[in-house]
Amino acid sequence: MRTVPVASTVPDELRLAHLRWMILARVIDDRLATLYKQNALAGSAFLGRGQEALSAAGGIYLRPGDIFAPMIRDQAGRLAFGEDPLDVFRTCLGRRTGNTRGRDGNVHRGVHVGDRRQLAFISHLGAMVPATVGALLGKRLKGELRGTDTPVGMVSIGDGGMAAGAAHEGLNAAGIERLPLVVMVANNQLSYSTYNDRSFACRHLVDRAAAYGFTGRTCDGTDADACLATMGLAVAAARRGEGPQMVVAELLRLAGHGEHDDASYVTPELRSRFGDCLPLTERTLKNQGVIDEAGLAKLWDEARQISQRAYEQASSEPEPDPAQEDWCAYSARNLRSGL
Amino acid sequence: MRLQRQEPAERLVKYLEAIRLALGELLEHDPRVFLYGQDIAGTFGGAFKATKGLAERFPTRVLNAPISEDAITGIAIGAAQEGLVPIIEFQFADFASIAFNQLVNHAATMHWRTGQTCPMVARLPVGGTPGGGPFHSQMVEGWLTHHPGLVVVAPSTVADAYFLLKDAATCTDPVVFCEHKYLYYHLAADFDPRRAEHLPMGRAAIRRSGTDCTVVSWSGMVHEALKAAEVLAGEHEIECEVIDLRCLRPLDADTILESVARTGRLVVATESWPFGGVTAEILAVVASEAFQHLDAPPQRLAALDTPIPFHPALFAAHHPDAARIAALVLETVSF
Ligand SMILES: Cc1ncc(C[n+]2csc(CCOP(=O)(O)OP(=O)(O)O)c2C)c(N)n1
Repeated sequence: MRTVPVASTVPDELRLAHLRWMILARVIDDRLATLYKQNALAGSAFLGRGQEALSAAGGIYLRPGDIFAPMIRDQAGRLAFGEDPLDVFRTCLGRRTGNTRGRDGNVHRGVHVGDRRQLAFISHLGAMVPATVGALLGKRLKGELRGTDTPVGMVSIGDGGMAAGAAHEGLNAAGIERLPLVVMVANNQLSYSTYNDRSFACRHLVDRAAAYGFTGRTCDGTDADACLATMGLAVAAARRGEGPQMVVAELLRLAGHGEHDDASYVTPELRSRFGDCLPLTERTLKNQGVIDEAGLAKLWDEARQISQRAYEQASSEPEPDPAQEDWCAYSARNLRSGL
Repeated sequence: MRLQRQEPAERLVKYLEAIRLALGELLEHDPRVFLYGQDIAGTFGGAFKATKGLAERFPTRVLNAPISEDAITGIAIGAAQEGLVPIIEFQFADFASIAFNQLVNHAATMHWRTGQTCPMVARLPVGGTPGGGPFHSQMVEGWLTHHPGLVVVAPSTVADAYFLLKDAATCTDPVVFCEHKYLYYHLAADFDPRRAEHLPMGRAAIRRSGTDCTVVSWSGMVHEALKAAEVLAGEHEIECEVIDLRCLRPLDADTILESVARTGRLVVATESWPFGGVTAEILAVVASEAFQHLDAPPQRLAALDTPIPFHPALFAAHHPDAARIAALVLETVSF
C-alpha cells in the first residue's frame, strides 16, 4: 500500500476545475433531493454528498477513449468526464428524451459523449467490475492499448460492493490480464446501514490490491488535494501500462442511502470522524489564495444556473408514452417481427 | 437416443465438429469475434474439445478464463459494448447459474434499457448423460427463456449446430446457445455447409410430417421423438408430425399452431423438469389459441421432478425416452 503524501503537486488550475465539478454535483444533488421531497421524481434519489472530492478526482483524469463505470454516488465524476446535466434531470424525471427513455432511471444512465463512454450501471453491486474489464479487453483486442499512454477504464465501487462475488471475479480477471483498470473504492463506512466490520474482515480494503495483482493506494477522501494526487498517480500508472490500480478513499456518506432513508443508524461518533469535503476544499483553496470569496460565489452561482436550466428544459420535455412503446426487448428485426 | 449414424464413418461430421468448424470460420472471417472460457486455449481445446486447434490458429483471440462465470459473462458484455462479438464457453451449462445475473439482468436488459446492443454468444453444454449427476446434466432453458431479451437456441442436428452458431454470432442480441453434450460425439451426419440449407434462427423445423399427432421437442430429445415416431408408424400406423423447435426464445408458435390445426393432438417432450418452463408455455399457447382444433388434451413429457440422478439406472428412470414418448402419443391418439 502506498499513501500519497498530502503535499500536493496538483496545479491550481486543476484544483479549481475539480472544485467546480464538486460544486455543480452538490447543487444538482441538492436539487434532486428537493425534487424527491416534492414527489416530482420518477423514483428515489441517490446522492454523492460527501464523496464529491474523490468522485470528481476520478472523472477529471479521464479523457476521450476512456471508459467510466460510475456507481450511485458519482455525480461529480460523471460531470467531470463530460456528462451533460441535462441527462441527469432527464433520467431522474423519467423523460422520453433521456438516455434510458424512462425505461430505466436515475443512476442507471449510461451516457456517451463522443467517445467518452459511461457504462450503464445495473443495480447488482459488483457487476460493473467485469463489464469494465471486458470493455478494456475489447480495447486490447482492437489494438487500442498499445504503448505507454493508453486509454484506461475506471470503475467505482463501495465498501459494500467490494464484498460481492462479481467484484472479486472481475478484479481477479483484471489482474490476470494486466489491464489498465482503475478501481476507485469509496469506503464511506456504510453499506446502506451496515458498518465496515460486517462487510469485510481484512485490516484495510486496500490489502486486497496485492492479492489481485493491483497496485494499491489510499487517501483521505475528504481531502481534495489528496484525492487528486492519488487518483492522478493511479490513472497515470494505468496509462503507462503498469497494470491495474486500486485507490481506497476513506470518507463518509453525508446523506441517507437514498433520499427515502433518514440514516438514523449513523452514530454521532461515526459522524464526528469525517468532515465534508466541499467546505474543506473551499477553505483550503481560499487560505492558499487560489480562489477568493467572490470567485467562490461565482462558481456556486454558475452551478445553480446550469442546474436550473437543465432542470427546466428536462421538465418541459415529454414523458414516455406506453402506447408508443414497441414493448419488445430484442434489437434484431427478424426476432422482433414475431417471425 | 436415436442417432443418424451409429458408427460415424470418416467423412461424416460430428455435432461437436460442426461447432468447431463454425467457431473457426467465425474467427477467420469476423475480426470482432473472440472466444473466452475455461480451458479452451492452448493445445487442450476445452473440456469437450470444441475449441481444439483454434488457439493455435488464433492465439490472441482464444483466451483461457479463470473459474469466474459471472466475470466471464460480464467481460463479454463489456467487450460487446466495445463492438466485439464475444463467444463465451461454459464448461457445463449447470454453471451458468453463477452467471445468471449477468445474463438476465445485464446482457438481456441492455438494449431495452439503453438502446445499445449486446451481441454475444454464451455456449452452454446442456443435457444429461449417464453418470453426469445433478451438476453436469442440466437443461437451462426453463429459467433463461423466462427473461425478455435473451435469444435461446438448442440445435438438435449437425447442420443446426453449425448454422445456428453462425446465426447467433451475427445476431445483435445476446444468444444462449445450448449444445447437447450427448450429441457432441454421438451424432454425425453427412454435412457440407456449402450445400446444406437451413432455416433462419427463430424458426422451428418439421423433422417428420404426419397427420395424427404433433410431437414438439428440441435438443437431444428430438432424436427420441423421431425414434418414437418411427415405432408408432411401423407398429401402430400412427403418423406423428415431429417439430424441432431449434429456437426456444423467441418461440415459433405459428409452426406449432399450424401443425396442431392439422393433427388435433399435441405431445411436448423435453428432458427438462416438468414445472413451468418451455413445455408449459407451449401448452398454454396451444390451449388458448388452438383450443378449437384439439381432439385430446395436450400433453407433456418431462424428466422426473428431482435433481438429476448419478447412477445410470436412476438416470434412465429419470430421463424421458422414445418408449415413453410413444406411450404418451398412443394415449393421446386413443383419447
Ligand atoms: C447485489 C446487490 N445486493 C444488494 C443491493 C442493494 N443495495 C443497494 S446499494 C447497497 C449498499 C451499497 O453499499 P456500498 O457498496 O458501500 O456503496 P454506498 O451505497 O455506500 O455508496 C445495497 C445493499 C444491490 N444493489 N446489489
